Amino acid sequence: MPEVGVGEARAATNGISRRRFIGYLIAAPTLVAAADLRSAPPADASVATVQPVDFYDLTDLLTDAANLTASLITVTINSDGTASFALPRAEVGQGITTAIAMVIADELGLPLDKVDITLSDARPELEFNQLTGGSNSIHALYDQVRVAAAIARGQLALTAARQLEAPLPKLILKDGVITAPDGSSLSYGSLTSAAAVRDTQAVLAQLKPASQQTLVGTPQPRIDALQIVTGTKQFAMDLEVPGALPTMVCRPPTINGAALAILNEAQVSAMSGVTDVAIIPHTQFVPGGVAVRATTFGQCIDAIRALQVQWAPGGAAAKSDADVLEDLIGAELPMTPALGQTLDERFTFYFRPGDPLETNCAVADVRPGSAEIWSAMKSPIYFQETVAGILGLPVSSVTAHVTQGGGSFGRHLFADAAFEAASISKAIGKPVKLMWHRTDNFRQGRVHPMCTSRVRVTYLGSNVLAFDQRHTSVATDFTHGLGEILSATLGDLPEGDYLGYSQSVFTLTANVPYNFGPVTQLLNEVYHPPGSLFNTSSVRNIYSPEVTVAKELMVDRVANAMGQDAYQFRRSFVRDPRMLAVLDAAAKAAGWGKPMAPHTAQGIGIHHEYKGYAACVVEIDCTPQTVSRVVENGYTGPRVTRVTYAVDVGLPINPLGLEAQMIGGIMDGIAQALTYSLHLEDGYFLEGSWDDAYYTREWNSPPNSPPSEGVQVIIMPANQSEPGGAGELGVAATMAAVANAYARATGTMPTAFPINHNLPLGFTPLPTVPPIPQSPTDGLQEEF
Amino acid sequence: MATYTFILNGEQVSVECDGELRLLWALRDLLGVHGPKYGCGLDVCKACTCHINGKAFNPCSVPVSDIQATDRITTIEGLPATVDEQLHPMQQAWLKYDVAQCGYCQPGQIMAAVALVNELKAEGRQIADADIDSLRNICRCGTYARIREAIVDAAANM
Repeated sequence: MPEVGVGEARAATNGISRRRFIGYLIAAPTLVAAADLRSAPPADASVATVQPVDFYDLTDLLTDAANLTASLITVTINSDGTASFALPRAEVGQGITTAIAMVIADELGLPLDKVDITLSDARPELEFNQLTGGSNSIHALYDQVRVAAAIARGQLALTAARQLEAPLPKLILKDGVITAPDGSSLSYGSLTSAAAVRDTQAVLAQLKPASQQTLVGTPQPRIDALQIVTGTKQFAMDLEVPGALPTMVCRPPTINGAALAILNEAQVSAMSGVTDVAIIPHTQFVPGGVAVRATTFGQCIDAIRALQVQWAPGGAAAKSDADVLEDLIGAELPMTPALGQTLDERFTFYFRPGDPLETNCAVADVRPGSAEIWSAMKSPIYFQETVAGILGLPVSSVTAHVTQGGGSFGRHLFADAAFEAASISKAIGKPVKLMWHRTDNFRQGRVHPMCTSRVRVTYLGSNVLAFDQRHTSVATDFTHGLGEILSATLGDLPEGDYLGYSQSVFTLTANVPYNFGPVTQLLNEVYHPPGSLFNTSSVRNIYSPEVTVAKELMVDRVANAMGQDAYQFRRSFVRDPRMLAVLDAAAKAAGWGKPMAPHTAQGIGIHHEYKGYAACVVEIDCTPQTVSRVVENGYTGPRVTRVTYAVDVGLPINPLGLEAQMIGGIMDGIAQALTYSLHLEDGYFLEGSWDDAYYTREWNSPPNSPPSEGVQVIIMPANQSEPGGAGELGVAATMAAVANAYARATGTMPTAFPINHNLPLGFTPLPTVPPIPQSPTDGLQEEF
Repeated sequence: MATYTFILNGEQVSVECDGELRLLWALRDLLGVHGPKYGCGLDVCKACTCHINGKAFNPCSVPVSDIQATDRITTIEGLPATVDEQLHPMQQAWLKYDVAQCGYCQPGQIMAAVALVNELKAEGRQIADADIDSLRNICRCGTYARIREAIVDAAANM
């Protein structure tokens, strides 16, 4: 690590930075520091255009809300020389523990492995600053942790200067050691007690300039990579909480049904290993059904399959795909009158699962005067405050631990499993380790809402005169609010969620990154309040994939109508130089326009969100031999054979992690365009297994070896002082590029997604009673 | 209930349970071995992939009574490293390419990849994209591109 002099850092910061940061030294036995970002000025305004999102977007909103309590986010220097930070966000694979560790290590002048990151329990005093969503974590936390670490570093240097009797500007801070010109030195660990303060005090932070950052911007592997490859990373179901026995729930045959009576309770209670059987009522927070607790999950499965339960149907019991589509079309807002030649098309996007690989799960130990719950929660404050009310406990008597999550993709914005585990533990008076069955996750879990998106492009000659989009969706549930109970309560008011959140989120995310004259993008939703018929969440991701796919398909179509190349057309209409740069980078690296064999094609798509810009070029193979490949119990179809993805997030913190996020988003984009959905029939989803719901598998992913060129991610160099979001930035542009490539390869523009949704069903649906299938017994015949 | 004995990661173990209990739950709930993950219990997602006598299999779909006393069950915790190495070449390749995201599926991915490469080596074949296409393990984070790179890299060192 290069040497950094504190004095020089101060001079450089004053010369370069446009922003002054205040923070605090917190009264504590060792050195603890925090940021104060309440008065930080907003980022520079963008150039004026016609859309609200250009001035203030969802990222700004979430960050401004989070910054209100930045002073409560602390970095601690320990006497062993390490720094520790309890991250007030969920880690679900997106790599924020690694990125934040890098930022802290860089600012402190510590090796990366000397920074210990844990996931913070719910802390209600953080208010809006403990919500993991909107691809916002790094954008919101970058300044918070950097300022806190810089203040700690400054205080360590001051303390060392006194003890070493050396002038502050001459000190060298490197690898956790402060060295004076005469060679004498002190470690951070030996200084932390002396550097601690008795009374909290405000100080000015001296941030390192970008030129002295040695970790930020460099590729770093995940800090938990070794734990993962050795199988020692702990997820919620790996915790050994005393007395917390395996627990599962027998669920209804329709979405949001409710258990009325158990018809054979004595028989099931007497089954091997079973300790408890109890009805768990269906509520706004708890899906419920009949809970079974046993010595092993295998015995839970046996008991659930034996249960005979009388059910009340859910609100969507009569609904199928076609009914929802009819309701959506009926709710579509009218277009403004057209003033020229138009292209007008409506696109349909069916329900999609919100399933991580780790099913919904939580451990709960609810006692008469207290409760302790463990789960991968993205809104733990909201959970803690709400579950306290449900359990009849003061908030301070509920401890909500955030565990490492096995994926989320927006699913864990809602802590359904944690609410359910707490309810079961209270009902039976014992600790429980609650796990959902995979089939329940698909059929009763949260889904991406079905929607339509109608686009009308008005054009004349080679100019686009107007662009109108009417997005109509099954209500997206935003009742998690900003992660705590106050803002979430707004979502519970009649129409409050719709007016307060859905419209705001749509307005703060939807955009048209082209100079297309007057633009209108309007949202309407059906089935309010959210949860009344369907359980939804902002899963991969909010409105953007559908809004962008509809828009980008129509961009190709209008380019075609004007006789222009899809890439050149975009070049001439994009309205931001950063977008132009990623577009050119992707097109160049992909060899846009090269000759392609029959039934194969390139496709292009672009997307702007989370302060970032993305352009994607894919190649698709729709040849008969590829489409008709046979994989037992699997779906093949067209194959994306190459992906070139250029991304500009302003300031990449960890390019290796950023690339990983893009690769993950690319695989989702492929699935969402071609294969991945749920079929709604008479109030339940037909899919009950990963062999039914066709998320991308290896045989659907781009091959790597020549002549294929696999997946290439191009990360644009840092060009901003703040990092944009990455979590979902890979999805929309890929989905659009795949849709456009399919249209070019087949000569037919797809209007329903995924493209295979309306083909004959490729699987036999599992029964709904019993709600879960028995595990096979022939596993030894499958070995290889 | 009966007592079942087998060799788990090189150690003789016994577990008392019903014979039809699937091995995954004997491992996770009774023996406290948490490397193999639950992802479906249907032999579909392959998150629980382990080895039996060196071959890949899914303990979610094998009754404990099907396991013989002489059977060697290997989970990710017992994946044998090569001489003088702490980690198996497949684990090293996973680190080199920083494959994992959330990590939930990765023990199963690694165990399946090791078995696949061993099978190909026994047949005297080089690994090709079509072989990797045959892996059914789901990675919901979508790490497939890096999995491909890591398997090819590890195969050269196995």
